[in-house]
Amino acid sequence: MAKAAKTNTEDYLRMYTQMVRIRAFEDNANQLYLSAKMPGLTHMSSGQEAVAVGICEALTPEDKITSTHRGHGHCVAKGAEFKAMFCELLGKEEGYCRGKGGSMHIADQSNGNLGANAIVGGSMGIATGAALSAKMQKTGAVAVCFFGDGATAQGLWYEVMNMAALWGLPVIYACENNGYSEYTRTDEIAAGSITARAEAFGIESYDLDGQDVLAVNDLTQKLVERCRKGEGPFFMNLKTYRYHGHHVGDINREYYRAKDEESEWKTTRDPITNFGKWLEGEKIATTDELIEINNSVRKEAEEAVAYALEAKYPDVSEVDMHVYVA
Amino acid sequence: MREITLSKAVNEAIAEEMRRDPTVFLMGEDVAEAGTPFKVLAGLVEEFGTERVIDTPISEPGFVGLAVGAAMTGTRPIVDLMFGDFIFLVMDQLCNQAAKTHYMSGGKLSVPMVLRTNMGATRRSAAQHSQSLHALVAHIPGLKVAMPSSAYEAKGLMKTAIRDNNPVVIFEDKLMYQDKAPVPEEEYLIPFGVANVKREGTDITLIGTSSMVQVAEAAADILASEGISAEVIDPRTIVPLDEETLIKSVKKTSRAIVIDEGHQSYGVTGEIAARLNEKAFYHLDAPVVRMGAMDVPVPFSPALEDITVPTPEGVAAMARKLCSGEMIHAA
Repeated sequence: MAKAAKTNTEDYLRMYTQMVRIRAFEDNANQLYLSAKMPGLTHMSSGQEAVAVGICEALTPEDKITSTHRGHGHCVAKGAEFKAMFCELLGKEEGYCRGKGGSMHIADQSNGNLGANAIVGGSMGIATGAALSAKMQKTGAVAVCFFGDGATAQGLWYEVMNMAALWGLPVIYACENNGYSEYTRTDEIAAGSITARAEAFGIESYDLDGQDVLAVNDLTQKLVERCRKGEGPFFMNLKTYRYHGHHVGDINREYYRAKDEESEWKTTRDPITNFGKWLEGEKIATTDELIEINNSVRKEAEEAVAYALEAKYPDVSEVDMHVYVA
Repeated sequence: MREITLSKAVNEAIAEEMRRDPTVFLMGEDVAEAGTPFKVLAGLVEEFGTERVIDTPISEPGFVGLAVGAAMTGTRPIVDLMFGDFIFLVMDQLCNQAAKTHYMSGGKLSVPMVLRTNMGATRRSAAQHSQSLHALVAHIPGLKVAMPSSAYEAKGLMKTAIRDNNPVVIFEDKLMYQDKAPVPEEEYLIPFGVANVKREGTDITLIGTSSMVQVAEAAADILASEGISAEVIDPRTIVPLDEETLIKSVKKTSRAIVIDEGHQSYGVTGEIAARLNEKAFYHLDAPVVRMGAMDVPVPFSPALEDITVPTPEGVAAMARKLCSGEMIHAA
C-alpha cells in the first residue's frame, strides 16, 4: 500500500465500504444473470474497484465522470444507491433512467455521473466537453473520463486529448488498464506505449497500480486540485484486472486468458483484501469490524435486489416519452 | 422591408442569441478569424472573443463530442460542420450520443446543441463536398432537422434551434448564402413543425425543401402560364414535420410532387409521399411522385452534375403529366 494520503479514518473506512459495495453489487448482478432474472447481458467490474473508488473519492458531486459499458463500479463510487441501480438493470420504472438505459447506459446526474456508454471510447468527447464547459463557466468542476485499455485504439481519444491539452481543460483521462480488449490481449493490438501516447500531446501522465486504492486516491486528489488551478489535463494509466469475462456470458475464456493468471490476481492482488489487511495492520479497523461492513453491505444489496425484482415496469405509455425534451 | 443575404441572416441570428444568452458559444473549423470558408460567421469573433468563438483542429468527431458534453453540462454550443459531407465523420457522436442521451437517461440529461452544416449540389465540388444528407439525420429519433429555404427562414429557424433543448441539425444550402430576401429588423422566431404555404393553388401541391422551394416556385410560375394552379409548401423542418398542413393541401388539390435534394431512394421524398398516401389516399387523383437527386454520387463535370438535381422544367413536366391524367411511371 502506498503512503496514506491526507485523509482520516472515516475516509479509509468509506473507501473500503465503497469497494465492498461494488463487489457486492456485481456479485448480485451476476447472480441475476445466471438465474435468468435480468434481461440482456452485463459487464462485471469486480477486481477493478480500487480504480473507481480511489478516483471518485477524490471528487465532489459537482465534478463529472463519464463511464463505460463496465460501469457499475463508477456509478456506485460516484454515490449511486443500490435500489435505483438494480431497478435500472432490471428495466424497472424506479431505475436511474426509468429502465430506458439499462446496465450499459446507467447515468446518475444528481451525483455528476454523465452516464455509462456502450460505444467503446464513446464518452471521451463528452467528458472533455464537460471540462470545456466547466472552464467556460468557471465552475471549478473537474471531469474524469473512465475508459478501458481497449478504448485507447479509438481515434477519438487522440482528437480530444489534443484539444484538452491545447486549451488546458480540467479533465483527467483514467485508463482502467485490465490488459484485455474484450476477448483479445491488448498487448497484441497496441503498438508502443499507451502512456507515451498521452505524453506526446504534452499531457502529464502517470503509470500506477490500480489495485492500490490509496495510491490511486492520493494521486487523484493531487491531480484534481491541479485541474482546479488550471493545470490540466492529466492521464492516468491504472493497471488493474477484471475477474469475470468480457461480459457475464463469457465463461469459457481460456483461449484468451489463463486460469492461473486469473487466480494469481485474485489471491495476491485483490484490492479489497489487500486494503483490508492494511486497515487491520494500521489498527484502523479490526477483522470483526471489516466482516461487519461486508455483512451489512451484502444485506443492503440483497434487499435492493429483492426490492427491484418486485418493482414495477414502466407503463407502456412511456415508450415514446423522453425522445425529445418537451 | 430591408433585404439581406442568407449568410447575413444566419450571422445575425447567432449574434443576437449570443448577446441574449451567455451560455451560447460557437465552435468548429475556421469559425473565428476566417469566419468559415463561406464567411457566414465573419465578425463574430471580434464581438464575442475567442473564448466563445472557438477554432478547433480538423477533428470533427472530437469537437462534436465536446459539444455534446458541453451541452449536457450547462452550455448551448453551436457546432459548425464545414461541409455536410463530413456528417459521416461525426455519426457516432451525433446519432449514438447526442440523439439518445435524453432518452437513455430517462429524461434526466439533455443535449441542447445546434449542429449547423450545409447541403446542395451544382457548385462543381464533386462527390465529397456536394451531398445533401439530411435524410440520414432525420432517420434518427432524438434529432430535429431544419432546412431553411431563404434568409428569412434561416434567421428565424436558427434562433429557434439555439433555444431548443434538443440537438438540432440545420442544413443550409451553400448555393443560397448570397441570396437575398426580406428579413425584418425586429426580432422574430420561426417555430419548428410549422410549414409555410408559399403560394396557394388548387390543381397540384408542390412540396419542396430548402432550395427546392425555389425550384417548386419556378415550376409553379411555368404551370400558371399554362393554366395549372400549383400550391407550393415549404415544411421548413422535416423533424418535426407539419403533416397536417401537407395533408390538408393534398386533400384540396388531389395531387402532389415532393421535391428534395437528397438522393431519391430511401429519402425525404419517399417519407413524405408515404405519409400522404397513408393519410390522404381517398383524396388522390394520381400517385404522389418523388423527385429527389439522382441515385448517383454527385459527379464533377457540369455536364453531368446539372442533370442530377430536380429542375423547375422537370417538376413542371411531371406536374403536367399528373394533371392530365397520363399514366405515371417512376422516373
